[in-house]
Amino acid sequence: MPVRIQEADFDIGGELADFCRADPRIGALASFVGLVRDVSGGDGVSEMSLEHYPGMTEKALAAIVGEALQRWSLIDALVIHRVGRLLPGDRIVLVAVAAAHRAEAFAACEFIMDYLKTRAPFWKRELTAAGARWVEARDDDDRAAERWRQPGG
Amino acid sequence: MLNILYFASVRERLGRSAEELALPVGVRDVAGLIRHLGQRGGAWEDLAGIRNLRCAVNQQMVPLDSPLADGDEVAFFPPVTGG
Repeated sequence: MPVRIQEADFDIGGELADFCRADPRIGALASFVGLVRDVSGGDGVSEMSLEHYPGMTEKALAAIVGEALQRWSLIDALVIHRVGRLLPGDRIVLVAVAAAHRAEAFAACEFIMDYLKTRAPFWKRELTAAGARWVEARDDDDRAAERWRQPGG
Repeated sequence: MLNILYFASVRERLGRSAEELALPVGVRDVAGLIRHLGQRGGAWEDLAGIRNLRCAVNQQMVPLDSPLADGDEVAFFPPVTGG
């Protein structure tokens, strides 16, 4: 279950091809790519920078992926998250999940993103015409993560 | 010693990204550490009032009533906004 934090961009096609190469058990590959938008809260965004907590970030992502592997019948999962300076249109995050069948792959991919949004220590700062500001966490993200909560979990 | 880290908007408000601090006498949990740091005055007094302040101890997100021990790595930060 590879987890990578990097400043460099990633190639979506190349990453997905490498991820599911040479494992003929894989019948379904679901993926999500998050991109920098040029608007936030009605204001134009010219640039974004992403900060993280080295050490904890890798552990938090590995824990999220580990939980997904326990919950669903998966073959493997991949998370690549960029940090540093990004521009509108740039890729931020890639989550890919390989499974025998699509239902598990779709569900686990969504679960990993919802938990990443609320549990992995990344912080976005965006530059608008009014200056730089930290992005506020959204209640919607908490609700999205909450729906995966299991009884007793 | 405690190794204390501050991230994102919390780091900016406090003007500090990291420090080492001997575990203060009488401080047993994260909330106690926040009260202790608040005695520095200025921006530090605001730490306790930061809405939705998050804390990690030894790189695990924990509630503010979690216990602290000598040698812990403690981090303060706002709610996360990755992805």
